[in-house]
Amino acid sequence: MNNRFIRLILLLVLGTFLHSNAQSYQNAQHHQCLKCHSNQTYTFFNSVKGKDEKRMMNPYFILDTVALTAGVHKPFDCTDCHSSEYGTYPHKSNLKLEPLSTCLDCHGGDASFASYHFERIDEEFRKSIHFQVSGENFNCSKCHSQHTYVATARTSNNVLEIVDYSNKMCLSCHNDMKKYKTVSGHENPKLVQVHDWLPNQELHFKNVRCIECHTEVLDSLKVSHNILPKSKALRKCVECHSADSRLKASLYKYQNLQKRSVDGSIKMVLANESYVIGSHQIPHLKIASILIFFLTLIGIIVHSSFRIFKKK
Amino acid sequence: MTANQKLYFYPVWLRIWHGLNAIGILTLIFSGISMQSSIESAHLLSFKTVINLHNIAGILVTLSYFLYFVGNLVTPNGKFYIIKPKGFLKRPIQQAIYYAWGMFHGMKAPYPISEKRKFNPLQKYAYVLVMYMAVPVVIITGFALLFPEIIIDQVYAFSGVFVTAVFHSTMGFFISIFLIVHLYIASIGKSPLENFKSIFTGWHEVH
Repeated sequence: MNNRFIRLILLLVLGTFLHSNAQSYQNAQHHQCLKCHSNQTYTFFNSVKGKDEKRMMNPYFILDTVALTAGVHKPFDCTDCHSSEYGTYPHKSNLKLEPLSTCLDCHGGDASFASYHFERIDEEFRKSIHFQVSGENFNCSKCHSQHTYVATARTSNNVLEIVDYSNKMCLSCHNDMKKYKTVSGHENPKLVQVHDWLPNQELHFKNVRCIECHTEVLDSLKVSHNILPKSKALRKCVECHSADSRLKASLYKYQNLQKRSVDGSIKMVLANESYVIGSHQIPHLKIASILIFFLTLIGIIVHSSFRIFKKK
Repeated sequence: MTANQKLYFYPVWLRIWHGLNAIGILTLIFSGISMQSSIESAHLLSFKTVINLHNIAGILVTLSYFLYFVGNLVTPNGKFYIIKPKGFLKRPIQQAIYYAWGMFHGMKAPYPISEKRKFNPLQKYAYVLVMYMAVPVVIITGFALLFPEIIIDQVYAFSGVFVTAVFHSTMGFFISIFLIVHLYIASIGKSPLENFKSIFTGWHEVH
């Protein structure tokens, strides 16, 4: 064997090794962590009884391997963020007490992530009701699962998909009594009831992101992380159902208006923005109606003045 | 024609229709404006209550419209609404001139009401437009909005529901303007309240 051949073999072995890390989530049965953490059950050796025992896996520790391989952090292996000591099994009980890395530990102060505005997001988050109520206990991962997060709003062209993905982040706690209570200490309000005042509730929930009404929308930040207390949430129909719509100012302005104007279906957006509320949504009709109304009043005032004057 | 002749212009069925219609239309205008101007304007009633009120009043107006429509088919009252081609424009213009100028300059009413002529030409045109165009459109579009599945999805680039809503509120607006003018013109008589008394008693005094 000559040197060149040895080098080639080494390169192939190294390549396979590097490749296996990134792809390993796809082959969960052979992944050191996922062979347990993608299953409903796990087996361990009970040294007291001296035999193997099968137990149920804590459902919150089971990972969705399909979502994991689609997530933004798929190139990383578990122990890149979790302690390397998790490599030994059974895990040491004190490992779970160790703090995990925060998002800003990796994403903060890095020019390559500048467009994501991580520091600005952190500033906004600190003003939010989430931070006010739960402080540091409320971290990014409460909404953005590090394991499975996908930047849907940046990558998808489908509004309904963006809305669905975004709302599921909120609903994962706000529609889950156990998770909500863990963070807040009390039961979650019933969403259908608290939104009882909202006309066409089901349609709104399907087509509008929660954050559209529950955050302070800033043009400079694609998604505001300043989740407002419920007393400050938007309750005015015209904020969205008007020509200069709040909806256009956020999701639709950034993600879809441009794309739709490119493929020619801008008319659809124009038609949707004035959905169902009526002629007041057409500025010309609104002006015409105001004009006709005041002209009628003026006509009546002038005519009745003449009648009084002429005693008719 | 003798002085102070009394004509029984408004039979009971017509007065019942007119009363129901008045209550219904006033409720629809109040609730319609309240809905248009978003829930923050709902100081008196919640948005949901206003919607229910609007729907109920809409059904009341629809029912009373059937009374009006059938009443005009089976009684002689219907003939007062027939517009003849003769003097199609001249007659209402003459009436308009009378209201705007003539009545202040000693001119006699060009089309005084009598047993055979219940409405002056301008009045007739306005009633026909409102009762045989605007109100049916509002009723049809209103019911379409109650059952949006019957509305076609797209009208060119616009949502069918949206176009229906625009028609509904535009016609509703014209009915509101009609009501204002109707109430004002009704005050033109021997005394400002005379015509209002007539629609309650049924009797109209011809001078």
